[in-house]
Amino acid sequence: MGLQVRGLSVRFGQTTAVSGVDFSVADGEVLGLLGPSGCGKSTLLRAIAGLERPQAGTITWNGADLDRVPVHRRGFGMVFQDGQLFPHRDVAGNVEFALRMQGMGRARRTGRVAELLDLVGLAGQQRRRVTHLSGGEAQRVALARALAADPRLLLLDEPLTALDRMLREQLVVELAEWLAGQSTTAIVVTHDHEEAFTLADRVAVMARGQVLQVDTPERLRQCPADDEVAAFLGHKAGSRRSG
Amino acid sequence: MRMAIFGRAVPSSADTPRPGEPRNRWAGKRRTARWGRSAATVAAATIVLGFLGLFFAWPVAAIIGLGLGGGVSETLTNVRTWDLVAFTLGQAAASTALALVAGMPLAYVLARVAVPGKALLRAVITVPFVLPTLVVGMAFRTLLGTGDGGSTSALFGIVLANAFFNVSVVARTVGGLWTHLDRRTEDAARSLGACGLRVFTAVTLPALRPALGSAVAVVFLFCSTSFGVVLVLGGGTYRTLETEIYLRTVRLLDLSGAAALSLLQLAAVVAALVIAAVARRRRETALQLRSADDTARRPRGAEWFVVSAAGMVVLGLLVPIAGLLIRSVSTRDGWSLAGYRALSGTGSGAVLEVSGWEAAWNSLRTAADATWMSLLLGLLAIAVLVGIRRRAAAEVVDAALMLPLGVSAVTVGFGYLVTLQFLPGDVRTSPLLVPFAQALVVTPLVVRMVLPVVRAIDDRLRQAAATLGASPWRVRWEIDVPLAARSVLAAAGFGFVVALGEFGATSFLARPEAPTLPVAIARLLARPGELNLQMAYAACALLMLVTALAVLAVERLRVRTETVGEF
Amino acid sequence: MNRFLRRSARIASAAAVTVLTAGCSFIGAQGDEQNKRTVTLVTHASFAVADKTLANFERRSAIDVTIRRHGDAGELTNKLVLTKANPIGDVAYGVDSTFASRALGEGVFVPYRPEGADRIPQRYSIEGSNRLTAIDVGDVCVNIDTRWFAEHGIPAPTNLRDLTDPRYRGLFAVPSPATSSPGLAFLLNTIVTFGEPGWKEYWRGLLANDVRISSGWQQAYNQDFSGSSGQGPRPIVLSYASSPAAEVGPDGSSRTRALLNTCYRQVEYAGVLKGADHPDAARRVMDFLVSQRFQAQVSEQMYVYPAVRTVALPESWQQVAPRPQRPAGMAPDRVEQNRQRWVQQWRALAHG
Repeated sequence: MGLQVRGLSVRFGQTTAVSGVDFSVADGEVLGLLGPSGCGKSTLLRAIAGLERPQAGTITWNGADLDRVPVHRRGFGMVFQDGQLFPHRDVAGNVEFALRMQGMGRARRTGRVAELLDLVGLAGQQRRRVTHLSGGEAQRVALARALAADPRLLLLDEPLTALDRMLREQLVVELAEWLAGQSTTAIVVTHDHEEAFTLADRVAVMARGQVLQVDTPERLRQCPADDEVAAFLGHKAGSRRSG
Repeated sequence: MRMAIFGRAVPSSADTPRPGEPRNRWAGKRRTARWGRSAATVAAATIVLGFLGLFFAWPVAAIIGLGLGGGVSETLTNVRTWDLVAFTLGQAAASTALALVAGMPLAYVLARVAVPGKALLRAVITVPFVLPTLVVGMAFRTLLGTGDGGSTSALFGIVLANAFFNVSVVARTVGGLWTHLDRRTEDAARSLGACGLRVFTAVTLPALRPALGSAVAVVFLFCSTSFGVVLVLGGGTYRTLETEIYLRTVRLLDLSGAAALSLLQLAAVVAALVIAAVARRRRETALQLRSADDTARRPRGAEWFVVSAAGMVVLGLLVPIAGLLIRSVSTRDGWSLAGYRALSGTGSGAVLEVSGWEAAWNSLRTAADATWMSLLLGLLAIAVLVGIRRRAAAEVVDAALMLPLGVSAVTVGFGYLVTLQFLPGDVRTSPLLVPFAQALVVTPLVVRMVLPVVRAIDDRLRQAAATLGASPWRVRWEIDVPLAARSVLAAAGFGFVVALGEFGATSFLARPEAPTLPVAIARLLARPGELNLQMAYAACALLMLVTALAVLAVERLRVRTETVGEF
Repeated sequence: MNRFLRRSARIASAAAVTVLTAGCSFIGAQGDEQNKRTVTLVTHASFAVADKTLANFERRSAIDVTIRRHGDAGELTNKLVLTKANPIGDVAYGVDSTFASRALGEGVFVPYRPEGADRIPQRYSIEGSNRLTAIDVGDVCVNIDTRWFAEHGIPAPTNLRDLTDPRYRGLFAVPSPATSSPGLAFLLNTIVTFGEPGWKEYWRGLLANDVRISSGWQQAYNQDFSGSSGQGPRPIVLSYASSPAAEVGPDGSSRTRALLNTCYRQVEYAGVLKGADHPDAARRVMDFLVSQRFQAQVSEQMYVYPAVRTVALPESWQQVAPRPQRPAGMAPDRVEQNRQRWVQQWRALAHG
């Protein structure tokens, strides 16, 4: 079942950020939301998380409408573009946050934090201040923090954009392997099609608040639905006709 | 260097409940939560506005109401009245500018420079704030050799003394936010080739604007209602709305003239607040807040100029302080500690009902009461201000909170005389009235010091907490409270100090059996005899010492919270 | 009080009760003793009474006296006028001859002639009224630093006219009549002495002679005057006839002297407030204020002279601070009628 989005629209005053979007994400699937900046993909993600209120449409999880479910009860984890780590807490304090919200005891939290830090390659770094972390480390902590809640859906908002290119190329592969190996249900927002194709099982291409095409990376490459998609994916305008 | 860790399995935790499924249940909770939140906001607003209404708006409206009549228009059409307005605003503007210029290097040092003894520095620059205006006025009178009002040096003295009092407001308010600004933004700008001054004007200054707006508003209000300084140094020639309201109310009982001037004062204050609000509104994006120790480091290069400027300002602040200390130990017959010994008595001819030490204890107790009241009111007010979605409404509430800083203590005090008699119980003589009146002055300071920090917290931090399962109240507790804790503590410390030094309202309301130190000092100065004078100066020294200790105690507490905040 | 105030009061009072009872403070509530009669004495900030004298009265009369101080004589009077519908105490002490007419005109006091009032000289009483009783007399006089004049070999001035003599140029410090009680008394003195409009001419002379005007007595006496411990630059100051008593050195003589030809008499009055909660106890307090015990200690406590003529001054006072023999004075109603105008005229003269 997983996530179903039907006819979703989000407006800010006069501006329409997301307009009548439909798509679904199956259990265990990774969906890429790909589009140029300002196309509404981040807003769409935030609406799914419950951080923006849609004006129209429905979001359901396993058939249950999420409209009246507040952010903190949706069970969706989120990794922000620039981490948004809590500056007043150390690495462990950030990672264990969701566990404390769930009321888990201190001893069990300690063990789980160690596991998660181990998972993201920061074993033993519990007591470091998050303000002293490098960009890559910060994103790893952000990921560990989101994973700690054991979310039923993981929302990643340009998780690697803030990093330098070398680090990005490295992490994108790791993230892809991990998402695939975990059969985690996830939505990854990115403006980089290579990143989207590496990470996602299917990719939704967005422009001007609308989803133009949702398909597997292969099919998107081979037959883009229209010129716009093709152009965004890096084809020359006439390549479809000639190829 | 690949890290294969991503490939490993996430330890499962099947026992963690998966929330969200039974739709109706959550739906109900959501509605209750939303209603509960707005109800809480309304309740908090009721307490805050109720207090303001009862102990500020009603008395002020009542005393102005008594004076409304023919005399008002007569006063308003008098040319001299408008000279008074112009002088009041002019001296306040000049004093604010000077306080700003002198306060900024100090704010920089407090926020950005790693120097030993910063707590002591904070204590030293705070001391001026509590000194009785009468005493400081007299100190500047001696320093500048002014006596005859009307001279340029008297005018200079007024501006200098006002700035002397308010440098710490600028240093603390601006330094507070500066401490939390991400230094990397500045460094990034510098790495792009911008020079130090350019970085300051293009990056730092805009980021500091909320705090600067707050500081300017508060200092301007303090300076425009400055009473003792203008009276002593102005020698009757230089008059402000505040001194004139005092004279008309207290000496002449010319209530209609006083009412007209009070209305003018209110109008001027509201205008100043509107300007400040507009200045704040123009820039209010979330800032990258960081913990303090990340941002302080040893100065380098041109930064040394700023550090030495700050050093000069501190020296400047120390001159009158040292003058008072020297005065407290020098007598006609040489050095003597007679004044300090006299603190255990009630002055020669029993000027006071209590000893100097008891007066100090009264000051501490009253200030402690005023502090917790102001913290309670201030934090409730901040919760309301943050909770109000409509910007304009929030601005109005914000401005209303600031008004007590800009209205004459005499107006409020005489207002109490005509309104409090209607309250049940003998409120007019209640020992709580003094801390209440002090809380009126301290609460806006708490709001001004904490609100910029709370507003500067990136909303996405709250959102991140929410996605991790924190309810709206839990988000406040986990994110807002710890991030604002340092500024709350700083505000509490500063508020305590302000209450310690508050004289205007206190002298009006203080019961003789429990005078505070500033009230005791004023009474001692009003009597002839060397011992009384010595004791007054010794009491000033005691007040400074108590202040310094209070600031140092808060500093210690702040250091400890920072560590505690880690867990 | 108007109806709006009353109505808003009712609404406000409910809120106030909540606030007040919720506020548990360090100070805590005052314990009220039910059995003892309590009476509230409202007075000015300079009021002082010897502990044992007051305690003695409280014990013998079984009356608890609560003292509330409210600024100076002017502020006290104006507060009494403002609160006359619901007075802030039972008995008031400290309304002086400068403000007495206002208090009487506003009907703040009720008649009462305390026991022993016949020992108070008739000239202190206000014509046709037994609502106010003179309790003490304070004389505002020019004081000089005797040592300064001895050292400089200049003869000390003896009267007001001397102060405009170029010989005393730049030597005189006076608090402003617009902002200070003794300053106002000095202005009235010049009006009595030189008449209208002669006083203006006299003040022009003072100003031309570089008189230093400060806002308060504190600055003039403690800072500008060379005879006080402040050791200022000016050897002549406006203060009180009693001030030399506070400047007595170890040898028993005073460094300063009041010029007894320059004095203006201010009488301080007490009276029972109209609408007092405890009028009986208030009358007992009035009797106490006129009593020998109280009168005997006013000079040491408040630096004023007792109104009761039969009370002797302390020995040291007889030497350094004797009573002025023929001080100037002005009828309270004349003060009341002209005070504001005179102050304004003086301001125009002094500050342009």
